Amino acid sequence: MDFKLTEEQQMLQDTAARLVRDAYPFEQREKFSESELGFSAEFWGQLGELGLTAVPFSEDIGGFGGGGVETMLVMTELGRGLTLEPYLQSVIYGGGLLNQLGGDAQKEDLLPQVAAGSLQLAVAFDEPQSHYNLHDVQAKAEAVDGGYRLSGRKAVVIGGHSAGKIIVSARTSGDSRDETGISLFLIDPNAQGVSRRVYPTIDGRKGCDLFLDNVQVGADALLGEIGNALPAMRYQQGRAIAAQCADALGSMDEACKLTLDYLKTRKQFGVPIGKFQVLQHRMVDMQTELEQATSMAILAATFADGEDNDERSRIIAAAKYICARAARKVAEEAIQLHGGIGMTWEYNLAHHAKRLVMIAHQFGDDDHHLKAYAKLMQVA
Amino acid sequence: MNVNYTAEELAFRDEVRAFLKSELPADIAAKVKLGKHMSKQDHERWQQILVKRGWYAPGWPVELGGTTWGPVEKHIFDEECSAFGAPRTVPFGVNMVAPVIIKFGTQQQIDHYLPRILSGEDWWCQGYSEPGAGSDLASLKTRAVRDGDHYVVNGQKTWTTLGQHANMIFCLVRTDPEAQQQRGISFLLIDMKSPGISVRPIITLDGDHEVNEVFFDNVRVPVENLVGEENQGWTCAKYLLTHERTGLAGIGSSKAVLAHLKRIAMKEVCDGKPMLEDPLFRAQVAEVEMQLMAIEMSTLRILAAAKEGGVPGAESSILKVKGTEIRQAITHLLRKVIGPYALPFLEEEMQLGYDGELLHADYSASLAGDYFNMRKLSIFGGSNEIQKNIVSKMILEL
Ligand SMILES: Cc1cc2nc3c(=O)[nH]c(=O)nc-3n(C[C@H](O)[C@H](O)[C@H](O)COP(=O)(O)OP(=O)(O)OC[C@H]3O[C@@H](n4cnc5c(N)ncnc54)[C@H](O)[C@@H]3O)c2cc1C
Repeated sequence: MDFKLTEEQQMLQDTAARLVRDAYPFEQREKFSESELGFSAEFWGQLGELGLTAVPFSEDIGGFGGGGVETMLVMTELGRGLTLEPYLQSVIYGGGLLNQLGGDAQKEDLLPQVAAGSLQLAVAFDEPQSHYNLHDVQAKAEAVDGGYRLSGRKAVVIGGHSAGKIIVSARTSGDSRDETGISLFLIDPNAQGVSRRVYPTIDGRKGCDLFLDNVQVGADALLGEIGNALPAMRYQQGRAIAAQCADALGSMDEACKLTLDYLKTRKQFGVPIGKFQVLQHRMVDMQTELEQATSMAILAATFADGEDNDERSRIIAAAKYICARAARKVAEEAIQLHGGIGMTWEYNLAHHAKRLVMIAHQFGDDDHHLKAYAKLMQVA
Repeated sequence: MNVNYTAEELAFRDEVRAFLKSELPADIAAKVKLGKHMSKQDHERWQQILVKRGWYAPGWPVELGGTTWGPVEKHIFDEECSAFGAPRTVPFGVNMVAPVIIKFGTQQQIDHYLPRILSGEDWWCQGYSEPGAGSDLASLKTRAVRDGDHYVVNGQKTWTTLGQHANMIFCLVRTDPEAQQQRGISFLLIDMKSPGISVRPIITLDGDHEVNEVFFDNVRVPVENLVGEENQGWTCAKYLLTHERTGLAGIGSSKAVLAHLKRIAMKEVCDGKPMLEDPLFRAQVAEVEMQLMAIEMSTLRILAAAKEGGVPGAESSILKVKGTEIRQAITHLLRKVIGPYALPFLEEEMQLGYDGELLHADYSASLAGDYFNMRKLSIFGGSNEIQKNIVSKMILEL
């Protein structure tokens, strides 16, 4: 066993950390968040220039050939800075789907652009009724002359407002909630029949609901086999979850540091409040949660690109469960230990808290993953 | 032993229900139920309806416009109001400063201020906390220096809830800097329009403007605005805090919010079934409902003891801690019900009177923000840690 980073991994981490530190002071982050784009085009460009958007892709398309650990390192730093760029959506999730399912032409055309950061992808799998279940798909795709016609609604597509292409799931056969009959399509958000309701999210990002009204796409828009997308959706969501755990890890680490610092400096009753044992123990509990989450984020990262089997699924579910619970606990405790200050918009801790609680609302909450784990749990 | 309400109490409950049914404006109730923000006018409208019925200031002596209700009637009234979606009474005037004025004020102060609270002419806010004085309130630094028949006030208050609407603020100020902490503090009533006062909004993490900073720069306050004796303000402060804390368990509103949770958990689906039929989720709702049942019984036990002549003392701290934990647990579950729709931050949909197209359901836009806003419950009114310190010292004598 060896938990040490290789020299290359260390460099990657340093690069990401430096970049985030320089480009993402909190006041800047607020400005990016409030801008129409919702993030920094410049920072996104820098991620591309430094090759960070290429981390998970193979070397022959200009990538870094990185796996779960490499993306974890980048995501942790992005989380630390509460960055807003659609790295997870585009590079890891969308890029992963394209890489796994794309035909030669699709890959040749699009993957290098995604790796370079010049094309952003978004992933639209949730629907208003689906409640994190990827197989609960009501959007429909009918085969028509030369392609498909899509109708339906996709819910809360993070980064969908700025993506150049959106990967949507739609039913080509079967009933809602059947595990087969689901297909993926790469659609152009500006195509006829596509409309978006764009909104900010409570954790400072932007997303949209996507309305598909008889959207006509060519046969080349189909991603992967017809009717058989679910295994890949689940697999790639697992990678996205591993990355999301790392994102939360960076943010949790920051929230713990800010809180510890506060306990040492805030004085009440003539002493720093960190002198009160009840607060010491709660800080220790936060740190313990952070340790647990770190372990699970590492475990998930090492399995993220592994074989698609029950063990991997189980570990991903466990990681999401542990990290989401830890994230909420850290968020709530951090606010509480800060007192009123922790509740103010002006203070970055409050925004970490929001990001940390919101981890549960993307890719499934702790209940969802607890049930998933229980199903896969080995009983003997 | 009989844990049920008496016949009189039940009759009283029916009376309250009948009143709410006929008098509570439907538009206001709808806003409360959907978690929309109340405007100042909404509060004022409801206040006038209550005043007309003689029920706005139940705790005051009858001759001043109060009622003869005991603690149990007050509890029933609060609970029914929450169940029907009546807005929470803004407590600063009627439930905080008024009892202090009644107990410690001059006849002149009583005659002047109390009618103005009822009529809505005065909107009060609470100037206790300062940047350096939160839990340790007695370390406050805002200074009031006697100059002829005025005090000259300098300093800063913070976290002043709804101070943006207020024309009056009651403040704790330091009048004797030499005296030991709790001594040397006075209780002053200050007109917010006095020259030298400025108010700056603080935006909370949910994007709301509910609290403010209030700055005092050589503000002249007439000496007759002192309540009680100079340097004895801590007595007033403590008296007010016991009044503040009894209502903080918020059982009526927790019950109403729990009912809301169940309603929406029947509407939202997961795997084709209502969320409330998911065994794991249902168990969590059941858990919080049992907790609420227990805290309600505890409240009634404590109130019944108070009715016999005792005053709820440190026990109210137990109610505050547990009651706020339960409320926070419910807002957590509410957020979970709507799944990914907790993410959109739809300021326009949270506005009063928004009638545009909804992204999801009418109840969804405010739920995540509410969850974050409700973190305040365990911070203000004496943080839950401070309440536990009180319980361990006063009840357990540790
Ligand atoms: C939304 C909101 C509205 C408010 N409205 C008003 C208002 O209208 N008027 C007003 O005057 N004030 C108001 N307050 C202020 C509120 O009363 C204070 O926030 C509260 O007293 C805590 O003080 P603090 O924020 O300075 O935290 P601190 O006192 O700095 O506490 C920080 C942390 O340390 C803990 N702590 C402190 N001392 C101890 C101890 N001895 N033992 C164990 N733990 C301890 C606290 O529990 C907390 O977790 C409001 C606050 C909020 C958040």
